[in-house]
Amino acid sequence: MSKEVVVKAENISKLYRLGQVGTGTLSHDLKRWWALARGKEDPYLKIGEENDRTKKTESDYAWALRDINFEINKGDTIGIIGKNGAGKSTLLKLLSRVTSPTTGQIKVKGRIAALLEVGTGFHPELTGRENIFLNGAILGMTKKEIQRKFDEIVDFAGVEKYIDTPVKRYSSGMYVRLAFGVAAHLEPEILIVDEVLAVGDAEFQKKCLGKMSDVASHGRTIIFVSHNMQAVQSLCKSAIYLKSGHIADVGITEKVINNYLSREVKNCIEAKWDDENTAPGNEYVRMKGARINPRLASETDIISVATDIDITFDFVLHKECALNISLFLNTPAGLCIFNVSTPSHQLKPGPHSSTLKIPGRLLNDDIYTIKLFFVKDTSAVVFAIENILTFEVVDEQRTGSWFGKWPGAVRPSLPFTLT
Amino acid sequence: MTDHTKSNDTDTWDIKITSGSGYLDFHLNELWHYRDLLMMFVKKDIITVYKQTILGPIWFIIQPMLTSLMFLLIFSSIAKIPTGATPPILFYLVGTTLWNYFADTLNITSKTFTDNASVFGKVYFPRIILPLSKVVSGLVKFLIQFSLFIIVWLYYVFISKAISPNWYVILSPIWLFIMVLLSFCFGIIITSLTTKYRDLTFLIGFGVQLAMYITPVIIPLSEVHGKKKIFFLLNPLTSLFEAFKYGFFGQGTFSPSWLLYSTGITLVLLITGIMVFNKVEKRFIDTV
Repeated sequence: MSKEVVVKAENISKLYRLGQVGTGTLSHDLKRWWALARGKEDPYLKIGEENDRTKKTESDYAWALRDINFEINKGDTIGIIGKNGAGKSTLLKLLSRVTSPTTGQIKVKGRIAALLEVGTGFHPELTGRENIFLNGAILGMTKKEIQRKFDEIVDFAGVEKYIDTPVKRYSSGMYVRLAFGVAAHLEPEILIVDEVLAVGDAEFQKKCLGKMSDVASHGRTIIFVSHNMQAVQSLCKSAIYLKSGHIADVGITEKVINNYLSREVKNCIEAKWDDENTAPGNEYVRMKGARINPRLASETDIISVATDIDITFDFVLHKECALNISLFLNTPAGLCIFNVSTPSHQLKPGPHSSTLKIPGRLLNDDIYTIKLFFVKDTSAVVFAIENILTFEVVDEQRTGSWFGKWPGAVRPSLPFTLT
Repeated sequence: MTDHTKSNDTDTWDIKITSGSGYLDFHLNELWHYRDLLMMFVKKDIITVYKQTILGPIWFIIQPMLTSLMFLLIFSSIAKIPTGATPPILFYLVGTTLWNYFADTLNITSKTFTDNASVFGKVYFPRIILPLSKVVSGLVKFLIQFSLFIIVWLYYVFISKAISPNWYVILSPIWLFIMVLLSFCFGIIITSLTTKYRDLTFLIGFGVQLAMYITPVIIPLSEVHGKKKIFFLLNPLTSLFEAFKYGFFGQGTFSPSWLLYSTGITLVLLITGIMVFNKVEKRFIDTV
């Protein structure tokens, strides 16, 4: 099978100046010109640091992207993932020719269209019809192409009745639908899509993603940037994982996403306190350890909504008492998903352990933290500990064509029949 | 996706996105592909101007009429500045119509990057399309205004017989073309220079206003005497305005050498303009 490379990025880097543009840039510009005039290297290209937004850097310049190399074959659907600030948007801007790289080059074969936003160039005073033509032309369509697609676009957006009304009188939903309608009917060989799917209601999202898989199945190349791992997984065969301006991983989507989640999501699935003096606790209870044991098929797997999870705590009891443990499963936002309690037992001093089993298909995809109460005589809290463990549950590969966030605090699998 | 076994550099690529750029690359193929976009921008400019007005495009005509009447009152009746043998109203009408086209084009093209940053930041199309569309929509407006002048002019030629045009009138589209090219070049140079340092923007509005007084808009070159005449002569617009009026009125200064001077300046500015514009358009979005 011969594969044709349609996009080839060679050593592309992008340098951005931090802080206020305009103060001191003239002197920098002059120095730069002077260096270039003498045939020397640009003095400011050397000093840029890796783009890590959490740290304050010494230099005024930062590399948003550094030495990126990749190739995309014809007909590929490729997802670009990474945290905010990893360089996703910069890469998109370069690919869509909004700006150009500081060094390196990208070579492209075929027509390329970018959807960084829907409705670019829409003019509120113009009618729906006029805006379809204007927006289509901005996106690179010729008048003939737009005329050919016109009815389809209007139909897709569902605005026949208002087509000769200025778009400033449209509802925001109609506006977005019309804007996406134009974009969805572009027919470039390479389509670059930013997270425009975040707009609109669930039904419309479904329509958009459906349209995109449609485009993909017609052998066109799609480059898709999103935070929505589910959508990336369902649409893209392969993925690029960007981290601080570098490519951290590239390959089959599933592998890249797992790698991304395991590296970027700060899970605390195990806690251990070896020194009794520094371990959390008091004269009643002293913690020894806590861990989450997901029952996974392989080590590289991640906790999904289908995974069975065991949560185990080890502690030392110092005073004999009737004890029960109360566990709160909270979201980082502070919402309590559930609170469960062990039965109360008369326990002797010494090491004890307690395990909670959470079956798969109960939790929704989210991040969870655990809070524990040690309760004496079923009435007095003798010790409480918050955020002892944190873990993330991710969505599983879904069938169907809607990939939005599943609503609800929990996601139980219940018998639900339809005859 | 990465398949290193087949990646030969001998392949032809349609687009190369690089850091540098050819200074004198006109991208004519690409411009041709986007010709419909140019027309859509023109249409948008024309339509949106008179949306929700009762008189609509008639406003295009009222504007130069009022300006000319004002000039007639101030410069002709009060200040008594002579307009030669040409009837003052005709002189002012053609002056303001030409001048408005020049000044409007310059004002709007000199803000190309700053005004359209939001669109330019989201989608690629040849940036030059936008200032070009302003030239064309300005031309539409100019032609509407110019037809008003033609009506008044026909009255003076055939009914009052106050002026006698000559055959040089057929050359006037050329002078018009050079004039608007000059304005366009100034505009794209200024917009390219102001993406990073906005200082220049403040001078433009003022500078354009001032330039009108060293252009034969309210006073013919033949009535300018003394030291200030050199400013008129050095202004590349002067010979163009004079040649334009020479054709229509049979009066004015038709000077081939000064016309050549204006054309030369325009060509130099055109080359400079395209060079700086090409250079700036690739990365202005980072600094605008």
